[in-house]
Amino acid sequence: MGSIALLLLVALPLAGFVVLGLAGKRLRPAAVAVIGAGSVGLAALDALGLLVRFLLEPPEARVIRQTLWVWLDTGELHPRLSLLLDPLALVMALVVTGVGFLIHLYSIGFMRGEEGNGRFFAQMNLFVASMLVLVLADDLFFLYLGWEGVGLSSYLLIGFWWRDEKNGRAARKAFIVTRIGDAAMAVGLFVLFQGLGTLQISEVAARATAAWRVGAGPAVLASALLFAGAAGKSAQLPLQTWLPDAMAGPTPVSALIHAATMVTAGVYLIARMHALFELAPDVLAAVAVVGAVTMLLAGLSAIAQRDIKRVLAYSTMSQIGMMFLALGVGAWSAAIFHLVVHAFFKALLFLSAGVVILALDHEHDLFRMGGLRKELPLAFWTFAIAGASLAGLPLVTAGFYSKDLILWEAWASSRGGPLLGAAGIFGALVTSLYVGRVILLAFFGERRTVASVRPGRVLAIPLVVLAGLSLVGGLVELPPTLGHAPSFSWFLEPSLPAATAAGRRSDMAILQGLTSLASLSGILLAYLGFLRHRRADEELPLVGPGVTGILASGFGFDALYDLCVVRPLTRIARANSADALDRIFEGLAALVGLTHRALCRTQTGRLRTYAAAMVVGTVVIVGIAVLR
Amino acid sequence: MTAIPLEHVLLVAAGLFGLGLVGVLVRRNLLFMLVSVEVMLNAAGLAFVAAGASRWQADGQVMFLFVLTVAAAEVSVGLALLLQVRRRLGTVDADVARRLGG
Amino acid sequence: MILGWIVVLTLAGGALAWSGGRRASRWIALGTLALDLVLVGPLFLRRPATPAGRRWLAELVLPWMPRYGVGIHLAIDGLSLLLIVLTLVLGILAVVASWREITQRTGFFHFNLMAVLAGILGVFMALDLFLFYLFWELMLLPMALLIAIWGHERRTRAAIKFFLFTQAGGLVMLVSILGLAFVHHADTGVLTFDYPELVGTPMPAAVEMLLMLGFFLGFAVKLPAVPLHTWLPDAHTEAPTAGSVVLAGLLLKTGAYGLLRFALPIFPEASRAFAPVAMTLGTIGIVYGAVLAWAQTDLKRLVAYTSVSHLGFVLLGIYAAGTVAQEGAVVQMLAHGLSTGGLFILVGALQERLGTRSLDRMGGLWAMAPRMGVLGMMLALASLGLPAFGNFVGEILVLVGSYPRSPELTAVATAAMVLATAYSLRLVQRTFFGARAEPASVLQDLSARETAVLVAAALGLICLGLYPQPVLDTAEPALGALRTVFGQVARR
Repeated sequence: MGSIALLLLVALPLAGFVVLGLAGKRLRPAAVAVIGAGSVGLAALDALGLLVRFLLEPPEARVIRQTLWVWLDTGELHPRLSLLLDPLALVMALVVTGVGFLIHLYSIGFMRGEEGNGRFFAQMNLFVASMLVLVLADDLFFLYLGWEGVGLSSYLLIGFWWRDEKNGRAARKAFIVTRIGDAAMAVGLFVLFQGLGTLQISEVAARATAAWRVGAGPAVLASALLFAGAAGKSAQLPLQTWLPDAMAGPTPVSALIHAATMVTAGVYLIARMHALFELAPDVLAAVAVVGAVTMLLAGLSAIAQRDIKRVLAYSTMSQIGMMFLALGVGAWSAAIFHLVVHAFFKALLFLSAGVVILALDHEHDLFRMGGLRKELPLAFWTFAIAGASLAGLPLVTAGFYSKDLILWEAWASSRGGPLLGAAGIFGALVTSLYVGRVILLAFFGERRTVASVRPGRVLAIPLVVLAGLSLVGGLVELPPTLGHAPSFSWFLEPSLPAATAAGRRSDMAILQGLTSLASLSGILLAYLGFLRHRRADEELPLVGPGVTGILASGFGFDALYDLCVVRPLTRIARANSADALDRIFEGLAALVGLTHRALCRTQTGRLRTYAAAMVVGTVVIVGIAVLR
Repeated sequence: MTAIPLEHVLLVAAGLFGLGLVGVLVRRNLLFMLVSVEVMLNAAGLAFVAAGASRWQADGQVMFLFVLTVAAAEVSVGLALLLQVRRRLGTVDADVARRLGG
Repeated sequence: MILGWIVVLTLAGGALAWSGGRRASRWIALGTLALDLVLVGPLFLRRPATPAGRRWLAELVLPWMPRYGVGIHLAIDGLSLLLIVLTLVLGILAVVASWREITQRTGFFHFNLMAVLAGILGVFMALDLFLFYLFWELMLLPMALLIAIWGHERRTRAAIKFFLFTQAGGLVMLVSILGLAFVHHADTGVLTFDYPELVGTPMPAAVEMLLMLGFFLGFAVKLPAVPLHTWLPDAHTEAPTAGSVVLAGLLLKTGAYGLLRFALPIFPEASRAFAPVAMTLGTIGIVYGAVLAWAQTDLKRLVAYTSVSHLGFVLLGIYAAGTVAQEGAVVQMLAHGLSTGGLFILVGALQERLGTRSLDRMGGLWAMAPRMGVLGMMLALASLGLPAFGNFVGEILVLVGSYPRSPELTAVATAAMVLATAYSLRLVQRTFFGARAEPASVLQDLSARETAVLVAAALGLICLGLYPQPVLDTAEPALGALRTVFGQVARR
């Protein structure tokens, strides 16, 4: 029973992709919508059923394996296409299908009347299916298939509006930059395979802990390479530049990329391979530092963005950075907890932003919005709820609980420390600052553009559901200070080891107070900076245009890479487009031609010259023969 | 009968050969070039005869007969070619007939 | 016996096609190849029980010139069988793809095409080195004619270049073949060109290295290995569609096949010593081809340079010389044949319609030709090594297999995946997406015939990508037998 349900989980979206891909053109839009959203919806129901089943069983029995077939079998390498459902995978699958379904539902309304509806839903289904393969794969090779499938789907969807060259560039950038990480990850797989002789995930964990000491060379190398892959997919430094540009796709696509699929893949990979990473403490420390730095840089960049979707993109980078921070300090289940909650509120942020964008006829600029509170009440309230959750408004939002847990672990766990904890708290402050700015700029103040379209019911349902989840989603894990009911990490216990943070309850309460303070003061700062002293230009208050520019450009990474990597490479490739090696052979041919011409000159056609040459030749030959 | 020393005959033959060679190289008239080639052939023939005589063997004379035959053949072919050249180019100047020039 | 018939039948079909009329010649060529395929099919069922047991799936031995030790010895094992099937399938695709393209001297065209195919089939079967060389040369002239007569603007130059390069390589190989036979003669007193007898000929290390290099040079030109690749872009670009398909899909594979069949088993010590060099050359080829492909604006040239890159993986895999790596090389050969063949057919279709191969004059074609777009996208994705397509299986097996030998080279080759992504996406973007460069012209989407051809290629790639096991199982006994000779020295 279970294994069939597991199979269906992947097969349903995949079937949706195949059907829509083959027949999408011939189907009526309604049929496309039903198939597209329905397949993911059924998968979500399926995942829910599996959750019920898991909850009814004792923790040890919460695992289902299903092998489809042996992919290839040669030498010692025999990766299988096999699925593994354990609590971690189930949580991920629930997020992917659940949030994915809501986004699909929303897309029906959002993409109504667009050209290429069938293509859109086919690719969305492929996205979900790839992500499900990624989270359910039991073999790293199979996981890699999903991993690349996710990259492909993001490429296709970011470039969905293909007529615009700009979108194509953004799509290619996303695929190529993430593929840099993928290449590193592939090498990591080779290291693992050479060292352990297997790529089956549970086997890798078992054999790695048995074969390698903590800090052993191959373990460090492999985990560093896997981390590079994770950083690419999850848009962490230094491979983060693709994410802001990925906004070129339709808004539901952004929601899918940021909430349910794609960027969470890196977090999942590290959590899944936690046994390996624990053998490499240095790499884990690097994960934490990279996460913290990304969190801060992206958060600061988000403050200076004009494009509402770019704010959200930088916010995602920042929040994923926070998850990496959690992973780095060994707070595995806290990272996954934040991943889930983040999926709720980030999807909601994008979807309600989509309502605004749709209403303003594809206007993205925050400075042309304003005063939309009255005109689009639903969008306002849902955006505000999601924003509050993102900012971690104390007690009432889900974001508070998850963020708080991470900060506590970053502060108190053996791998963390005051520095990481302080960075986290500062990050919380920055987060609520940019959230406050967006809400104030878009929904308060005077009105600048007239909204043309009101959201229909199809758009409203996902918003309301996600708003509810953004508020109460955090209650599955209550910290010791507030009731102590960590049911989420209990559920994940078979997959992920418990957190290591040990500290007094009073310390925890103090930290929670600090976090709450940071979050509230961020909103206050935003109020003071952007509503009270609202400026028409994009310059930030207090800091000059120079700093604003640096922040707006995301600290200039794009320009840096362009200067150091893209342009030199392009120049070399262009310069050599005629293939310098061919010159060797062309030169050889030219030399032959030259010799030919030189020898031609001796053939004068004069009989007497020939005769003279013969005489000279004879004399020389005879001379040599005689004189030797 | 005192034998003429071989060296003397060879010197004469070499002189004749050189004469023919110079003729071939400096004359432009094809007819004279043919004559000069003839002279060179006969110089070679003379050397054969002298060498054969000095060793009391008939081989030298046999070789001369060959040379004679070759010379006859050469002259007949050469003269035929000469006539053709004359007919086509209107001249027997060897330097004018240089269509094979590269 | 069946092997002889296949070669003879193909040649006879070609001759018949020549004498046939314009329309008839296509059908004759198609029918002959289909018949060949039917004849080959049953061989798949014959699997040798063990590598140690019967090695050949089919064999034909006839005397020819016994005084010089030359005989007709044809035999195939799993490796040859896979390549023969690829040859016939791609041959059929090539004939169908050029159904309308060739309007002049159609009969002679098909004769040449069939002659090339017969030569290739012979190369994959011949076990007598003299006969092998004969087939090797048989591929050459008709191919040069195909380019020179039915090619594009600079066809003569390209044909001459192709001919000179491959002929030079072939002659060096001939010298090595003769040298090998003489060395064997000096050792045993028996003059023979028969492969099974020549394997294991003991010789001094210097001689072995010299002879091996001769073979390697001949095969490396065909493969092509950097820096001997420069004939390929010209030849591929100027050849007609069928010519490009056969060149890229099949002719290049003869080089890889030669290395696997002859260079490694006959000269194990020298090959082992040479392996680092060859692997480095392969890696350089992977990167160099990819960078060059990225910089091209001529669509056909772009695809041609991707071949250099993809065949670099084959070279790397062959000389990494483990089970996994060589299996990967074989899968890569098949997948590259289908993906690049498909891409050339697609480019041919585009050129037929637009009258240009320049990327600068394309763009935005998706609106008019979505079917072309989807298939082009799939082939490009296969070519950038996306999992679920055959190329990925080939490349990843090669990389997994070569990692223990040389982690550095493997890392570089893996990094080239990024470059492959860059050029493949550039190809798709500049043709199908973006703004329309020349809005005036109309573009017909693929006809049913062209669609069928490309769908066949794409489906083949997906099968190879998701369930390559039958291919691996077919190739493994053959590779295993080849390696038992090579492996005694090479296995670590």
